Amino acid sequence: MTIAEFVPIVLVTSFAAGFLGSLTGLGGGVVVTPVLTLSLGVDLRYAIGASLVSVIATSSGAAAAYVRDGLSNIRIGMFLEIATTFGALVGAYLGTHIPTSILSIVFGVILLQAAWQSSHSYKDSRKLLPPDPLAKMLILNGSYQGRQGRKAYQVYRVKLGFCLMFAAGILSGLLGIGSGSLKVIAMDQAMQLPFKVSTATSNFMIGVTAAASASVYLSRGYVNPGIAMPVMLGVLAGSLVGARLLSGAPVLVLRRLFAIVVGVIAIEMIWNGIEGRI
Amino acid sequence: MKVTDRSIEEMVSVVLRLGVTISGLIVLGGGIYYLISHGREHEPYHVFAGADSMDRTLPGILHGVLARRSRSIIQLGLLTLILTPILRVAFSLVGFALERDRKFVVITSIVLAVLIYSLVNGQLNG
Repeated sequence: MTIAEFVPIVLVTSFAAGFLGSLTGLGGGVVVTPVLTLSLGVDLRYAIGASLVSVIATSSGAAAAYVRDGLSNIRIGMFLEIATTFGALVGAYLGTHIPTSILSIVFGVILLQAAWQSSHSYKDSRKLLPPDPLAKMLILNGSYQGRQGRKAYQVYRVKLGFCLMFAAGILSGLLGIGSGSLKVIAMDQAMQLPFKVSTATSNFMIGVTAAASASVYLSRGYVNPGIAMPVMLGVLAGSLVGARLLSGAPVLVLRRLFAIVVGVIAIEMIWNGIEGRI
Repeated sequence: MKVTDRSIEEMVSVVLRLGVTISGLIVLGGGIYYLISHGREHEPYHVFAGADSMDRTLPGILHGVLARRSRSIIQLGLLTLILTPILRVAFSLVGFALERDRKFVVITSIVLAVLIYSLVNGQLNG
Protein backbone atom coordinates (compact mmCIF):
# COMPACT_ATOMS: atom_id res chain seq x y z
CA MET A 1 0.00 0.00 0.00
CA THR A 2 1.30 3.46 -0.83
CA ILE A 3 1.33 6.29 1.70
CA ALA A 4 -1.30 8.17 -0.35
CA GLU A 5 -3.64 5.18 0.16
CA PHE A 6 -2.63 4.30 3.70
CA VAL A 7 -3.00 7.76 5.30
CA PRO A 8 -6.67 8.33 4.26
CA ILE A 9 -7.62 4.81 5.41
CA VAL A 10 -6.02 5.40 8.82
CA LEU A 11 -7.64 8.85 8.99
CA VAL A 12 -11.14 7.44 8.40
CA THR A 13 -10.55 4.48 10.75
CA SER A 14 -9.28 6.82 13.50
CA PHE A 15 -12.24 9.14 12.97
CA ALA A 16 -14.59 6.18 13.50
CA ALA A 17 -12.64 5.09 16.59
CA GLY A 18 -12.71 8.60 18.06
CA PHE A 19 -16.43 8.85 17.33
CA LEU A 20 -17.12 5.46 18.92
CA GLY A 21 -14.84 6.18 21.87
CA SER A 22 -16.60 9.43 22.59
CA LEU A 23 -20.13 8.03 22.25
CA THR A 24 -19.41 5.06 24.51
CA GLY A 25 -17.29 7.03 26.96
CA LEU A 26 -14.44 4.55 26.44
CA GLY A 27 -12.10 7.15 24.90
CA GLY A 28 -10.62 7.11 21.41
CA GLY A 29 -7.23 5.62 22.33
CA VAL A 30 -8.53 2.34 23.66
CA VAL A 31 -10.55 1.76 20.48
CA VAL A 32 -8.06 2.94 17.83
CA THR A 33 -5.14 0.71 18.86
CA PRO A 34 -6.84 -2.69 18.37
CA VAL A 35 -8.51 -1.49 15.15
CA LEU A 36 -5.16 -0.41 13.68
CA THR A 37 -3.39 -3.63 14.65
CA LEU A 38 -6.19 -6.09 13.85
CA SER A 39 -7.62 -4.62 10.65
CA LEU A 40 -4.69 -2.73 9.13
CA GLY A 41 -1.84 -4.86 10.43
CA VAL A 42 0.00 -1.91 11.96
CA ASP A 43 2.67 -2.95 14.48
CA LEU A 44 1.25 -2.73 18.02
CA ARG A 45 4.09 -0.44 19.15
CA TYR A 46 3.36 2.16 16.45
CA ALA A 47 -0.33 1.94 17.31
CA ILE A 48 0.40 2.51 21.02
CA GLY A 49 2.61 5.55 20.29
CA ALA A 50 0.05 7.06 17.93
CA SER A 51 -2.87 6.40 20.26
CA LEU A 52 -1.04 8.00 23.17
CA VAL A 53 -0.62 11.34 21.38
CA SER A 54 -4.25 11.25 20.22
CA VAL A 55 -5.28 10.71 23.84
CA ILE A 56 -3.46 13.92 24.85
CA ALA A 57 -5.31 15.84 22.10
CA THR A 58 -8.83 14.61 22.89
CA SER A 59 -8.55 14.83 26.68
CA SER A 60 -6.95 18.30 26.61
CA GLY A 61 -9.66 19.53 24.24
CA ALA A 62 -12.41 18.16 26.47
CA ALA A 63 -10.69 19.35 29.65
CA ALA A 64 -10.43 22.93 28.35
CA ALA A 65 -14.24 23.11 28.31
CA TYR A 66 -14.74 21.23 31.62
CA VAL A 67 -12.19 23.40 33.44
CA ARG A 68 -13.70 26.61 32.05
CA ASP A 69 -17.12 25.49 33.31
CA GLY A 70 -15.66 24.76 36.75
CA LEU A 71 -16.55 21.05 36.60
CA SER A 72 -13.00 19.68 37.00
CA ASN A 73 -11.65 19.79 40.53
CA ILE A 74 -8.12 20.96 39.75
CA ARG A 75 -6.90 20.38 43.31
CA ILE A 76 -7.97 16.74 43.32
CA GLY A 77 -6.58 16.40 39.79
CA MET A 78 -3.18 17.87 40.65
CA PHE A 79 -2.86 15.77 43.80
CA LEU A 80 -3.77 12.51 42.07
CA GLU A 81 -1.47 13.31 39.13
CA ILE A 82 1.45 12.52 41.44
CA ALA A 83 0.17 8.92 41.42
CA THR A 84 -0.71 8.77 37.70
CA THR A 85 2.56 10.28 36.41
CA PHE A 86 4.72 7.95 38.52
CA GLY A 87 2.51 5.08 37.37
CA ALA A 88 2.84 6.20 33.73
CA LEU A 89 6.66 6.09 33.97
CA VAL A 90 6.51 2.55 35.40
CA GLY A 91 4.03 1.57 32.67
CA ALA A 92 6.14 3.03 29.86
CA TYR A 93 9.21 1.19 31.19
CA LEU A 94 7.29 -2.09 31.32
CA GLY A 95 5.70 -1.41 27.92
CA THR A 96 9.05 -1.04 26.19
CA HIS A 97 10.35 -4.30 27.72
CA ILE A 98 7.37 -6.68 27.52
CA PRO A 99 6.77 -8.78 24.35
CA THR A 100 3.92 -7.44 22.19
CA SER A 101 1.95 -10.70 22.44
CA ILE A 102 1.60 -10.22 26.20
CA LEU A 103 0.76 -6.52 25.73
CA SER A 104 -1.99 -7.59 23.35
CA ILE A 105 -3.51 -9.95 25.93
CA VAL A 106 -3.41 -7.30 28.69
CA PHE A 107 -4.95 -4.83 26.25
CA GLY A 108 -7.82 -7.21 25.47
CA VAL A 109 -8.57 -7.82 29.15
CA ILE A 110 -8.64 -4.08 29.93
CA LEU A 111 -10.83 -3.45 26.89
CA LEU A 112 -13.30 -6.15 28.00
CA GLN A 113 -13.58 -4.56 31.43
CA ALA A 114 -14.09 -1.08 29.95
CA ALA A 115 -16.78 -2.35 27.56
CA TRP A 116 -18.60 -4.06 30.42
CA GLN A 117 -18.40 -0.94 32.57
CA SER A 118 -19.68 1.39 29.86
CA SER A 119 -22.66 -0.80 28.97
CA HIS A 120 -24.03 -0.92 32.50
CA SER A 121 -26.14 1.91 33.75
CA TYR A 122 -24.63 4.08 36.41
CA LYS A 123 -25.55 2.97 39.91
CA ASP A 124 -25.30 5.34 42.78
CA SER A 125 -23.43 3.43 45.44
CA ARG A 126 -22.89 6.18 48.00
CA LYS A 127 -22.12 4.84 51.43
CA LEU A 128 -21.92 6.63 54.70
CA LEU A 129 -18.22 7.05 55.28
CA PRO A 130 -16.24 8.89 57.93
CA PRO A 131 -14.81 12.21 56.64
CA ASP A 132 -11.23 11.97 55.41
CA PRO A 133 -8.87 14.34 57.27
CA LEU A 134 -6.57 14.38 54.21
CA ALA A 135 -9.38 15.88 52.11
CA LYS A 136 -9.75 18.67 54.65
CA MET A 137 -6.00 19.29 54.93
CA LEU A 138 -5.57 19.63 51.14
CA ILE A 139 -8.87 21.54 50.68
CA LEU A 140 -10.10 18.93 48.17
CA ASN A 141 -13.80 19.29 49.01
CA GLY A 142 -15.53 21.49 46.45
CA SER A 143 -18.71 22.41 44.69
CA TYR A 144 -19.99 22.48 41.13
CA GLN A 145 -22.79 24.06 39.15
CA GLY A 146 -25.59 21.49 38.91
CA ARG A 147 -29.02 21.85 37.31
CA GLN A 148 -30.46 23.25 40.52
CA GLY A 149 -27.75 25.67 41.61
CA ARG A 150 -24.36 24.96 43.19
CA LYS A 151 -23.87 21.59 44.83
CA ALA A 152 -21.22 21.06 47.47
CA TYR A 153 -19.50 17.68 47.79
CA GLN A 154 -17.18 15.91 50.20
CA VAL A 155 -14.22 13.73 49.23
CA TYR A 156 -13.66 10.39 50.96
CA ARG A 157 -11.02 7.62 50.95
CA VAL A 158 -8.28 9.78 49.44
CA LYS A 159 -5.56 7.13 49.99
CA LEU A 160 -7.56 4.40 48.24
CA GLY A 161 -8.22 6.75 45.32
CA PHE A 162 -4.50 7.57 45.17
CA CYS A 163 -3.54 3.86 44.94
CA LEU A 164 -6.13 3.20 42.21
CA MET A 165 -4.75 6.19 40.29
CA PHE A 166 -1.26 4.70 40.44
CA ALA A 167 -2.67 1.56 38.79
CA ALA A 168 -4.50 3.71 36.20
CA GLY A 169 -1.19 5.46 35.44
CA ILE A 170 0.62 2.14 34.91
CA LEU A 171 -2.05 0.94 32.46
CA SER A 172 -2.03 4.27 30.64
CA GLY A 173 1.76 4.13 30.16
CA LEU A 174 1.78 0.41 29.35
CA LEU A 175 -0.97 0.42 26.71
CA GLY A 176 -0.94 4.02 25.47
CA ILE A 177 -4.51 4.64 26.59
CA GLY A 178 -6.10 7.32 28.77
CA SER A 179 -7.47 4.69 31.19
CA GLY A 180 -10.38 7.04 31.80
CA SER A 181 -12.71 4.29 32.99
CA LEU A 182 -10.36 3.28 35.83
CA LYS A 183 -9.85 6.95 36.74
CA VAL A 184 -13.60 7.42 36.96
CA ILE A 185 -13.92 4.31 39.18
CA ALA A 186 -11.25 5.71 41.50
CA MET A 187 -12.98 9.06 41.89
CA ASP A 188 -16.63 8.10 41.57
CA GLN A 189 -16.65 4.82 43.51
CA ALA A 190 -13.69 5.10 45.89
CA MET A 191 -13.60 8.83 46.61
CA GLN A 192 -17.38 9.28 46.21
CA LEU A 193 -17.13 12.35 43.98
CA PRO A 194 -20.20 13.30 41.92
CA PHE A 195 -20.16 11.44 38.57
CA LYS A 196 -19.95 14.66 36.54
CA VAL A 197 -16.98 15.92 38.55
CA SER A 198 -15.25 12.51 38.24
CA THR A 199 -15.56 12.51 34.46
CA ALA A 200 -14.44 16.13 34.13
CA THR A 201 -11.47 15.68 36.49
CA SER A 202 -10.49 12.42 34.77
CA ASN A 203 -10.24 14.24 31.42
CA PHE A 204 -8.21 16.96 33.13
CA MET A 205 -5.71 14.34 34.38
CA ILE A 206 -5.43 12.14 31.29
CA GLY A 207 -3.31 14.65 29.31
CA VAL A 208 -0.67 14.99 32.03
CA THR A 209 -0.57 11.23 32.61
CA ALA A 210 -0.18 10.54 28.90
CA ALA A 211 2.47 13.27 28.50
CA ALA A 212 4.67 11.51 31.09
CA SER A 213 4.80 8.28 29.07
CA ALA A 214 4.60 9.97 25.64
CA SER A 215 8.02 11.55 26.29
CA VAL A 216 9.42 8.04 26.74
CA TYR A 217 7.67 6.64 23.67
CA LEU A 218 8.73 9.59 21.48
CA SER A 219 12.39 9.06 22.30
CA ARG A 220 12.05 5.30 21.66
CA GLY A 221 10.67 5.86 18.17
CA TYR A 222 7.12 4.59 18.88
CA VAL A 223 5.66 7.93 17.75
CA ASN A 224 6.05 7.57 13.99
CA PRO A 225 4.95 10.74 12.14
CA GLY A 226 3.46 8.88 9.17
CA ILE A 227 1.00 7.06 11.38
CA ALA A 228 0.64 9.33 14.42
CA MET A 229 -0.43 12.20 12.12
CA PRO A 230 -3.61 10.61 10.67
CA VAL A 231 -4.42 8.91 14.01
CA MET A 232 -4.21 12.15 16.01
CA LEU A 233 -6.20 14.20 13.48
CA GLY A 234 -8.79 11.46 12.95
CA VAL A 235 -9.40 10.61 16.61
CA LEU A 236 -9.58 14.30 17.56
CA ALA A 237 -12.11 15.11 14.82
CA GLY A 238 -14.13 11.94 15.53
CA SER A 239 -14.40 12.61 19.23
CA LEU A 240 -15.40 16.25 18.65
CA VAL A 241 -18.25 15.13 16.39
CA GLY A 242 -19.18 12.34 18.83
CA ALA A 243 -19.38 14.79 21.73
CA ARG A 244 -21.69 17.07 19.68
CA LEU A 245 -24.05 14.19 18.92
CA LEU A 246 -23.95 12.83 22.45
CA SER A 247 -26.51 15.31 23.76
CA GLY A 248 -29.89 13.95 22.79
CA ALA A 249 -28.70 10.48 21.74
CA PRO A 250 -30.13 7.35 23.40
CA VAL A 251 -26.84 6.84 25.23
CA LEU A 252 -27.44 3.56 27.02
CA VAL A 253 -28.83 1.80 23.93
CA LEU A 254 -25.82 2.96 21.87
CA ARG A 255 -23.40 1.92 24.60
CA ARG A 256 -24.88 -1.61 24.85
CA LEU A 257 -24.69 -1.98 21.08
CA PHE A 258 -21.10 -0.81 20.81
CA ALA A 259 -20.06 -2.71 23.92
CA ILE A 260 -20.73 -5.93 22.00
CA VAL A 261 -18.54 -4.75 19.10
CA VAL A 262 -15.77 -3.66 21.48
CA GLY A 263 -16.09 -6.97 23.37
CA VAL A 264 -15.51 -8.94 20.16
CA ILE A 265 -12.46 -6.77 19.35
CA ALA A 266 -11.14 -7.38 22.88
CA ILE A 267 -11.44 -11.15 22.54
CA GLU A 268 -9.69 -10.97 19.17
CA MET A 269 -6.80 -9.06 20.80
CA ILE A 270 -6.50 -11.72 23.50
CA TRP A 271 -6.71 -14.55 20.95
CA ASN A 272 -4.08 -12.99 18.66
CA GLY A 273 -1.82 -12.47 21.65
CA ILE A 274 -2.14 -16.11 22.73
CA GLU A 275 -1.48 -17.32 19.19
CA GLY A 276 1.57 -15.01 19.07
CA ARG A 277 0.38 -13.22 15.93
CA ILE A 278 0.77 -9.74 17.43
CA MET B 1 -5.25 41.23 41.06
CA LYS B 2 -6.04 38.57 43.61
CA VAL B 3 -5.24 35.05 42.43
CA THR B 4 -7.89 32.42 43.19
CA ASP B 5 -8.52 28.83 42.09
CA ARG B 6 -10.94 30.33 39.56
CA SER B 7 -8.24 32.43 37.84
CA ILE B 8 -5.97 29.35 37.68
CA GLU B 9 -8.84 27.46 36.03
CA GLU B 10 -9.34 30.15 33.41
CA MET B 11 -5.63 30.25 32.60
CA VAL B 12 -5.42 26.44 32.38
CA SER B 13 -8.40 26.33 30.03
CA VAL B 14 -6.78 28.84 27.66
CA VAL B 15 -3.41 27.01 27.69
CA LEU B 16 -5.08 23.68 26.86
CA ARG B 17 -7.23 25.06 24.04
CA LEU B 18 -4.34 26.99 22.46
CA GLY B 19 -1.98 24.01 22.74
CA VAL B 20 -4.37 21.59 21.05
CA THR B 21 -5.30 24.07 18.31
CA ILE B 22 -1.71 25.06 17.48
CA SER B 23 -0.40 21.49 17.51
CA GLY B 24 -3.38 20.29 15.44
CA LEU B 25 -2.69 22.94 12.79
CA ILE B 26 1.05 22.14 12.63
CA VAL B 27 0.30 18.39 12.31
CA LEU B 28 -2.32 19.07 9.62
CA GLY B 29 0.05 21.31 7.63
CA GLY B 30 2.93 18.84 7.96
CA GLY B 31 0.58 15.99 7.05
CA ILE B 32 -0.58 17.58 3.80
CA TYR B 33 3.01 18.35 2.88
CA TYR B 34 3.98 14.74 3.76
CA LEU B 35 1.28 13.35 1.44
CA ILE B 36 2.41 15.60 -1.40
CA SER B 37 6.10 14.79 -1.02
CA HIS B 38 5.93 11.07 -0.05
CA GLY B 39 2.49 9.93 -1.25
CA ARG B 40 3.84 7.51 -3.83
CA GLU B 41 6.19 5.66 -1.50
CA HIS B 42 5.16 2.44 0.23
CA GLU B 43 4.17 2.52 3.88
CA PRO B 44 6.44 0.57 6.22
CA TYR B 45 4.29 0.29 9.35
CA HIS B 46 3.74 -3.47 9.49
CA VAL B 47 7.22 -4.02 10.84
CA PHE B 48 8.53 -2.11 13.81
CA ALA B 49 11.79 -0.34 13.04
CA GLY B 50 11.16 2.76 15.15
CA ALA B 51 10.82 6.31 13.88
CA ASP B 52 13.91 7.84 12.23
CA SER B 53 16.43 8.84 14.88
CA MET B 54 16.08 12.53 13.96
CA ASP B 55 12.32 12.29 14.65
CA ARG B 56 12.93 11.29 18.27
CA THR B 57 14.73 14.29 19.76
CA LEU B 58 14.05 18.01 19.95
CA PRO B 59 17.31 19.06 18.21
CA GLY B 60 16.71 16.48 15.48
CA ILE B 61 13.14 17.67 14.93
CA LEU B 62 14.14 21.36 14.82
CA HIS B 63 16.98 20.56 12.43
CA GLY B 64 14.53 18.74 10.16
CA VAL B 65 11.99 21.57 10.29
CA LEU B 66 14.66 24.03 9.14
CA ALA B 67 15.44 21.67 6.28
CA ARG B 68 11.68 21.68 5.44
CA ARG B 69 11.34 17.95 6.06
CA SER B 70 7.62 17.06 6.22
CA ARG B 71 7.95 14.33 8.87
CA SER B 72 9.88 16.71 11.14
CA ILE B 73 7.05 19.28 10.86
CA ILE B 74 4.54 16.61 11.97
CA GLN B 75 6.80 15.69 14.89
CA LEU B 76 7.07 19.37 15.87
CA GLY B 77 3.26 19.46 16.10
CA LEU B 78 3.17 16.24 18.15
CA LEU B 79 5.92 17.53 20.44
CA THR B 80 3.91 20.75 20.94
CA LEU B 81 0.99 18.54 21.92
CA ILE B 82 3.09 16.58 24.45
CA LEU B 83 4.38 19.87 25.90
CA THR B 84 0.84 21.29 26.32
CA PRO B 85 -0.10 19.41 29.53
CA ILE B 86 3.43 20.02 30.87
CA LEU B 87 2.95 23.75 30.28
CA ARG B 88 -0.45 23.51 31.95
CA VAL B 89 1.22 22.10 35.10
CA ALA B 90 3.87 24.86 35.01
CA PHE B 91 1.14 27.53 34.83
CA SER B 92 -0.73 25.91 37.73
CA LEU B 93 2.51 26.00 39.75
CA VAL B 94 2.80 29.77 39.22
CA GLY B 95 -0.88 30.13 40.15
CA PHE B 96 -0.57 28.19 43.41
CA ALA B 97 2.61 30.15 44.26
CA LEU B 98 0.75 33.46 43.80
CA GLU B 99 -2.10 32.05 45.90
CA ARG B 100 0.57 31.29 48.54
CA ASP B 101 -0.73 27.73 48.86
CA ARG B 102 2.44 25.99 50.04
CA LYS B 103 1.02 22.45 50.02
CA PHE B 104 -0.08 22.71 46.41
CA VAL B 105 3.18 24.36 45.35
CA VAL B 106 4.93 21.21 46.63
CA ILE B 107 2.38 18.84 45.03
CA THR B 108 2.52 20.63 41.66
CA SER B 109 6.34 20.76 41.76
CA ILE B 110 6.50 16.97 42.21
CA VAL B 111 4.27 16.42 39.15
CA LEU B 112 6.28 18.93 37.09
CA ALA B 113 9.54 17.27 38.18
CA VAL B 114 8.30 13.82 37.07
CA LEU B 115 7.23 15.24 33.67
CA ILE B 116 10.54 17.07 33.11
CA TYR B 117 12.51 14.03 34.25
CA SER B 118 10.65 11.86 31.75
CA LEU B 119 11.21 14.35 28.93
CA VAL B 120 14.90 15.02 29.63
CA ASN B 121 15.76 11.39 30.42
CA GLY B 122 14.14 10.24 27.19
CA GLN B 123 16.01 12.87 25.20
CA LEU B 124 19.37 11.97 26.74
CA ASN B 125 19.12 8.18 26.87
CA GLY B 126 16.59 7.33 24.16
